[in-house]
Amino acid sequence: MNMHSLILRTAGHFLLPLLLLFSVFLLLRGHDEPGGGFIGGLVAAAAIVLYLFSMDIRSARKVLRVDPRDLLGAGMVLAVVSALPAAFLGQAFFTAQWWEFTAPVFGEIKLSTVLIFDIGVYLVVIGSVLTIMLNLAEAED
Amino acid sequence: MLYAILSTFLVAAIAPAVHRVTGRASGWVLGLLPAALFLYFLSFLPAVSAGESIVLSWPWLPGLDIHLSFLVDGLSLLFALLISGIGFFIVTYAGRYLEGHRDLGRFYVIILAFMGSMLGLVLADNLIAMFVFWELTSITSYLLIGYNHENADARKYALQGLIVTVGGGLALLAGIIMLAMAGGSYELSEILANGDLVREHALYLPLLILILIGAFTKSAQVPFHFWLPRAMAAPTPVSAYLHSATMVKAGVYLMARLNPSLGGTDIWFTTLALFGAITMFTGVFLAFRSTGVKQVLAYSTVMALGTLTMLIGIGTETALMAAMAFLLAHSLYKGALFMVAGILDHEAGAKDFLQTGGLRTALPITAAFAILAALSLGGVIPLFGFVAKELMLESVLEAPGLVGILTLLAVLTAILGVAVAAIVGIRPWFGARVETPKTPHHEAPPAMLAGPVVLASLGLIFGLGPGLADEGLVNAAAASVQGAPVDGYLALWHGINWPLAISAFSLVAGGLLYWRWEQARRALGWVDRAAEYGPEKGYFKMMDGLVWISEWQTRVLQNGYLRYYVIVIVAMTAGLVGVTAQLFDVSVGTVHFERLQIHEMAIIAILVASMLFAVLTRSRLGAVAALGSLGFTVALVYVLYSAADVGITQVLVETLTVILLVLVLFRLPGFLNLSSTALRLRDAGIALVTGGMITLLMLSTLDARLFDSISQYFIEESEPSGYGRNIVNVVLVDFRALDTLGEIFVLALAAIGVYAMIRFRAEDHRR
Repeated sequence: MNMHSLILRTAGHFLLPLLLLFSVFLLLRGHDEPGGGFIGGLVAAAAIVLYLFSMDIRSARKVLRVDPRDLLGAGMVLAVVSALPAAFLGQAFFTAQWWEFTAPVFGEIKLSTVLIFDIGVYLVVIGSVLTIMLNLAEAED
Repeated sequence: MLYAILSTFLVAAIAPAVHRVTGRASGWVLGLLPAALFLYFLSFLPAVSAGESIVLSWPWLPGLDIHLSFLVDGLSLLFALLISGIGFFIVTYAGRYLEGHRDLGRFYVIILAFMGSMLGLVLADNLIAMFVFWELTSITSYLLIGYNHENADARKYALQGLIVTVGGGLALLAGIIMLAMAGGSYELSEILANGDLVREHALYLPLLILILIGAFTKSAQVPFHFWLPRAMAAPTPVSAYLHSATMVKAGVYLMARLNPSLGGTDIWFTTLALFGAITMFTGVFLAFRSTGVKQVLAYSTVMALGTLTMLIGIGTETALMAAMAFLLAHSLYKGALFMVAGILDHEAGAKDFLQTGGLRTALPITAAFAILAALSLGGVIPLFGFVAKELMLESVLEAPGLVGILTLLAVLTAILGVAVAAIVGIRPWFGARVETPKTPHHEAPPAMLAGPVVLASLGLIFGLGPGLADEGLVNAAAASVQGAPVDGYLALWHGINWPLAISAFSLVAGGLLYWRWEQARRALGWVDRAAEYGPEKGYFKMMDGLVWISEWQTRVLQNGYLRYYVIVIVAMTAGLVGVTAQLFDVSVGTVHFERLQIHEMAIIAILVASMLFAVLTRSRLGAVAALGSLGFTVALVYVLYSAADVGITQVLVETLTVILLVLVLFRLPGFLNLSSTALRLRDAGIALVTGGMITLLMLSTLDARLFDSISQYFIEESEPSGYGRNIVNVVLVDFRALDTLGEIFVLALAAIGVYAMIRFRAEDHRR
């Protein structure tokens, strides 16, 4: 699987943090501009896959730190948890809750259960794409 | 009430922990629950014997008119007291009987859950709630019968019981839904008040048949009687509980409960009286010629269930009184006798009456109370069984029809019943001492004796003072079965009359039969050979048929070739769409080709070209690349029509798909053309038809506007209520979040599926 391409390897090193940062950016702006959890998750997964191609499977797993299957579980949990506050407030399941406040440096900040849900989607997408990709790549060896 | 029933499930959940902490005493500790429940139900007694019926209700699914409501009247209270009272003895008994068994903790869980389900079943006022509890008893009893799950027979017969009773349960579900439609309510208390409404409804006959199938399977009526003796694979405490007081009586309960609403018609009388009488005789006949301790008792239970069904069918006031008295008498003596059977097995290791004899000196207390219970079984004066039997004979003689055949069967049953009682009450205890597999060194422990002693004594007490049972509950129970107050009463002595004459005659004849038991059994050897063609044969044939069908359809549909799966799915879609389009006369909308702009034409040209290349190329990599270009062009279309999010997603998914395919491509063998021209033509045909059908579908949606589009709402509400300007995202994570949750769940499942496939394949190869 190792492509032994110096250019790809160097590019992979520099692109990985940039792409991951970009994916988080896409995730957070998703509610107002094109982006969101699904797209962000795909970008992040693609970033890791690019790294996988430029390096090898072991470094890819190392750079990911956690097993992608754990991301799947964590994402599902976040998505379900985001539905709960509404239930406790006696509203319909999945009714969005919003908290707006101003922080010194960041200015106006909007937090919501919707964001938690979107982060859940983000993690599930990364988790499922990478579970498939990494295991296929490993089965290769 | 709700908490009373829930408490059984809660205690069931912590039962293994309780068992670990309390060790040997666990049976007594857990027995506190049924004892407390018994006292709780007892507190309803004064009101209920005064003729009240109490309805308690909690909303469950109010939208569907399903409430968790309970009805406490004579009938349900009688059952509830039996279930909790005998439940107490069973739990304490099992604590000693199964002592040291490694799964005793699990046993407590299931038996308590079963008790809760049974209580729910008899107390439920809502039909749906009752059905849920009904099925729960089937499932828990399956687990109980299969308790010794390492024994293949136990598993097999547990499954048999489950399939018969759950199959009947399905019929019952359909039946009670019809009943609710006919009676205009799901609440039993309301349906029972409007009996004429149901009896005159057009659905009366089908709903009656369906409900009776449910009741007959559960209560082991001929031809479904075979599962009950087989269920003796269960540990003895289970048999004592399920097959004396509870589960098998659920069907009887149902018939008794619905009697005010369904009963009183000719078909009700004929069906119940005939099936009941035949079951009664079949049961006692098979009991007489069995030798296994539990087999004899199980078949005599079949006899009792048949008697009860017959009496409910006859439906006169005397018959209903008899049914309730018989129900009580049977629960008392059969519970006691099954527990005695367990003692025989536990202390002497004897599972067959032929292995026993002369045990009265070794087990004096057991013997005394076994004989007492057996006397009640045989209907000997002055036991409560005698009171019930007299009433039974009286109501048969006064039946509104079929008197001849019912009397014949009842007399034969009475004779054989005495013989069976003698087998149970004389054979193990008197005569020469027979060498048993284990020599009993001591009497059974108190926990195991308590049940037989108390239950058998109650049989004597109620017999000497029938007024106790009568005014206490039997009258109230018969009144709720009849749907009107009864003015009959129970008495030990009715004077010299026909029933007494029959009783006396059957005592003598039954005694003679017992004296010649060995010869009679040998003479009846042909029954075994005939039984091979009985209903159980039908059951096994049906199971074989089911296995055959599932093997066949697995071979055809799940054959492991991806291409066939795809063909089935795709052809099915095309077929269904085509048929629907024909049926509903769907028209194709108008397409405005003249409005096409030059860049749009270019995109279409690229799409068509990549598609053709993907189909025609012989290189796999080429095909993948062509598919990729197809996908990117589609993304371009999205962007052109200003669906930026969808476009971006499409680009990313395409990229990852190509990477995925490249990863897989390495694993494929070299490209070989193995398909014949005919196969390729077939595939091309399916592809063309499906593609054409989907195209037509798309075109027809152009003009179709069945409902107003919801997009306008989303566009307007996105910012004010969703706080987001990106409508696609707001829809995904807010407006339709539940859909998205479902989708990511599917995504996660798919990933885990792929993971399992890759991993397990890899491990197989390593082996």
